[in-house]
Amino acid sequence: MTEHERTQVIDSSEETRLLTEVWRSPPGFFGWFTHVNQTSIGKRFIITGFVFFVLGGLLAALMRIQLSAPENNFLPPDLYNQIFTMHGITMMFLFAVPIMEGFAIYIVPLMLGTRDMSFPRLNAFGYYVYLIAGVAMYLALFLGMAPAVGWFAYPPLADARYSPGMGVDFYATVITFMEISALAAAVELIATIFKQRAPGMSLNRMPLFVWAVLVMSFMIVFAMPPLMVGSVMLALDRTVGTHFFIPGAGDPLLWQHLFWFFGHPEVYIILIPALGMISDILTTFTQRPVFGYTALVLSLVAIGFIGFGLWVHHMYTTGMPHLASNFFTAASSMVAIPSGVQIFCWLATLWGTRPRFATPLLYVLGFFFIFVIGGLSGVMVASVPFDTQVHDTYFLVAHFHYVLIGGAVFPLFGGLYYWYPKLTGRLMNETLGKVSFWLTFIGFNLTFFPMHYLGLQGMPRRVYTYLEPLGWGDINLFVSLSAGLLALGFLSSFINIFWSLKRGEPAGDNPWHADSLEWGTSSPPPAYNFRHIPVVIERHPLWEYQEGQDIPVVTGIRSDRRELLVTSLLDAHPQYRAVMPGPSVWPLLLAVAVGIGFGGFMFHNIFPVVGFVLSFIALAGWFWPRELTREVREESS
Amino acid sequence: MDLRRLRPVSLVLSVALLSACAGHQSALDPQGPVAERITLFFWIMVSVAGVILALVLVLLVAGQFRGWRQRQHRPLTYIQSRNLVIAAGLVMPVVVLLAFSLSSAATDRVLGKPLPEDALTIEVIGHQWWWEVHYLDNRQNRIVTTANEIHIPVGQPVRLLLKSADVIHSFWVPNLNGKTDLIPGKTNTSWVQADRSGTFRGQCGEFCGLQHARMAFLVEAQPAAEFQAWLDRQKQPAATPADPALARGQEVFLSSQCIMCHSVRGTRAQGRVAPDLTHFGSRQTLAAASVPNSRGHLAGWILNPQSIKPGNFMPPTQLAPDDLSALLDYLHSLR
Repeated sequence: MTEHERTQVIDSSEETRLLTEVWRSPPGFFGWFTHVNQTSIGKRFIITGFVFFVLGGLLAALMRIQLSAPENNFLPPDLYNQIFTMHGITMMFLFAVPIMEGFAIYIVPLMLGTRDMSFPRLNAFGYYVYLIAGVAMYLALFLGMAPAVGWFAYPPLADARYSPGMGVDFYATVITFMEISALAAAVELIATIFKQRAPGMSLNRMPLFVWAVLVMSFMIVFAMPPLMVGSVMLALDRTVGTHFFIPGAGDPLLWQHLFWFFGHPEVYIILIPALGMISDILTTFTQRPVFGYTALVLSLVAIGFIGFGLWVHHMYTTGMPHLASNFFTAASSMVAIPSGVQIFCWLATLWGTRPRFATPLLYVLGFFFIFVIGGLSGVMVASVPFDTQVHDTYFLVAHFHYVLIGGAVFPLFGGLYYWYPKLTGRLMNETLGKVSFWLTFIGFNLTFFPMHYLGLQGMPRRVYTYLEPLGWGDINLFVSLSAGLLALGFLSSFINIFWSLKRGEPAGDNPWHADSLEWGTSSPPPAYNFRHIPVVIERHPLWEYQEGQDIPVVTGIRSDRRELLVTSLLDAHPQYRAVMPGPSVWPLLLAVAVGIGFGGFMFHNIFPVVGFVLSFIALAGWFWPRELTREVREESS
Repeated sequence: MDLRRLRPVSLVLSVALLSACAGHQSALDPQGPVAERITLFFWIMVSVAGVILALVLVLLVAGQFRGWRQRQHRPLTYIQSRNLVIAAGLVMPVVVLLAFSLSSAATDRVLGKPLPEDALTIEVIGHQWWWEVHYLDNRQNRIVTTANEIHIPVGQPVRLLLKSADVIHSFWVPNLNGKTDLIPGKTNTSWVQADRSGTFRGQCGEFCGLQHARMAFLVEAQPAAEFQAWLDRQKQPAATPADPALARGQEVFLSSQCIMCHSVRGTRAQGRVAPDLTHFGSRQTLAAASVPNSRGHLAGWILNPQSIKPGNFMPPTQLAPDDLSALLDYLHSLR
């Protein structure tokens, strides 16, 4: 070993020691509340998201038990209505969006080759807001005062007159509060993606998952505010007697417009990151670049745009002018074009290859079958006359479960099996993975396909019971039994998660021989993600270099403080070094303060004032210029 | 407990309500021109969708087969891939969706068709959780009021004026037409036409609270003459009972709390918040088509409405057995 090499070794171990110390999250119970690193926060989002997924699934199971026989008395109507409302709220607000954000928060900085998100403490704040909102919703359910008006909460049914009690108050305030979390995540994902890509990773070299997350984040920024405005108006109608949605003085249809202007993009907010996952998984398992990178990016962006133009197809039955409705028929079906481009780009990628049929790819192939069916039935319900027949029936229930479970949950499980090694350092069990895929896939189709038929037979959704002579009993029983199979499928994946945590095969850095940067660091990644920021010269950085060959890196980033590299927006030219804030308890305290302000509003008018004062204190603590004063002191001493 | 008691109810209902139609309350069993067009359009869409699904799956499987059989990678070239994506991912959807949008709009024209000026007009008002029905003359005056059962003449288009008294409901008879919402503060219009006589079940389509599940109604399509006879009978106020037993029942009715909410035209019962009972005896069902209008169910409904339809707004009524019996006789005599 030459003198020169020896210094390098010493230097690098010293560097690693420094980095570890600087980026370390404080240990212990109280330390837990101060974590801000993207890997911690991302994991928390993912785990919490899955917990709510299980809760939402249990609620679904209760509904299926109730509906398995005509005129069943398992659940009283009020409880059933609370349960289906909470099922929708859980799956849409507490599971789907947060878990997609969770994967994005964990994976995207790794894919970009950076050390953390742009606003680590905002990131932590977003998580606590999410946690508080979810716990508050379930507290309401266990106290028997959950909303019973559906996740769409149409006034006048959601008005104080027809829904007395606290249920809808919980809904309106918690939803508004919850969306703060989504907005926080969206804003910093955008900032991170735009300004923290590894040098050389120009926009057209970003992995498709990053593109998808970028589109998703922009959609969140534009879709959530209408919902927040709407739910604030609803809360005001109920608590201080404004008349936004009261017939005569206001208009109940205004709510529907605001709600669906959020609600339809919401579907694509969930779908788009899943599309990104599929592109990346296909690239890895076929070991060739996915065909049509540019077409895929453009179609992601197109889906994002069109997603805002078709909310009215949820309102065809409200008696709108026919010409307007037909316009929305055309606009709604148009989204099938970019979706078609995506599907056929993937088919072209898969054609003639011999992919490795590991569990992640199986979930992607399952997506093909399920999502195409959901997309086709989606085009059907975009038609005004046909929609008036199946709107608010089980046909719709079938359709959107095909789209949401097929379009988001299947890719999500694919992504889970794919990135699990990066999250934990171990592979998930393949045999159990395949078993759970087939259980899920078969169970899913047996559960939801017959619902199309039920809807055409006239079964409305959101009914807690139905009369025997209507003849829906047999199919409902079949559906309920199949739902058990589906639950078993999900359960076996969850068992796999826990089993593999301790006993899974050690993964190594890049078990799938994947192409993107997250696989270029150890599994799980250290708190600082990368010891050196890599330099990217091509779209598939890890495939550019032979085994053992080092990726060129940026040097000169300080290791003795939380520092990362900021690059230019289009071409990712290095611009300057930025210092990130470290662990802090203030995000938690601010989330609690804002929660008091929002949540307390239901109980007494004094709470918003208290919440405001507490938030002010928390913000003062958050922004207190400690780092600066310390540095000034260090420099002057 | 309720489950067992309601079993026989269901059996009776199945005979009472559904004897005529094969697929009851089914959009796949259209009985009028509007539903027929929608169903036809549905079958066309399903066929095209089936072809597209098959195409995707065949491409998926065939592409794999190729790779495995050759024992080596045989990927598409760039040009082949590009052509596949342009042809199947761009051109095909554009053509299919254009045809789809146009035929959807053409189908929609049937729904929006202007009806003849003198078409029979029925006003339907949705309540939590029952249907108030008014027949209008051509000057929009209410000439007949009934509830939860709508009679229409066969073969004639019937205009519907849809309103709500409280929250949003949706009027839906799958055999005849798709849904139209009943929105407070607004009047929506729709129309139905039945091409053959029969009883068609309809149900509220928009979630409207606790008993959304039990907010159904019946549409009875009758030959024109029969319908006219029915309508003429409904126009009459309730006859004053001559039979002393029925007169006693009427006395029980008029001295009870029933008249706070219900009306029987021709008596001093003028309540407006619950169904008009003037010709109650001629109706087939109770509680918005939840149970058959039999003596036993009516007794149960009067004594404890919550046992049949939990959450509805009718309070229980305490009556001596004799009084109850007389009341049942009286109500069923209102035909």
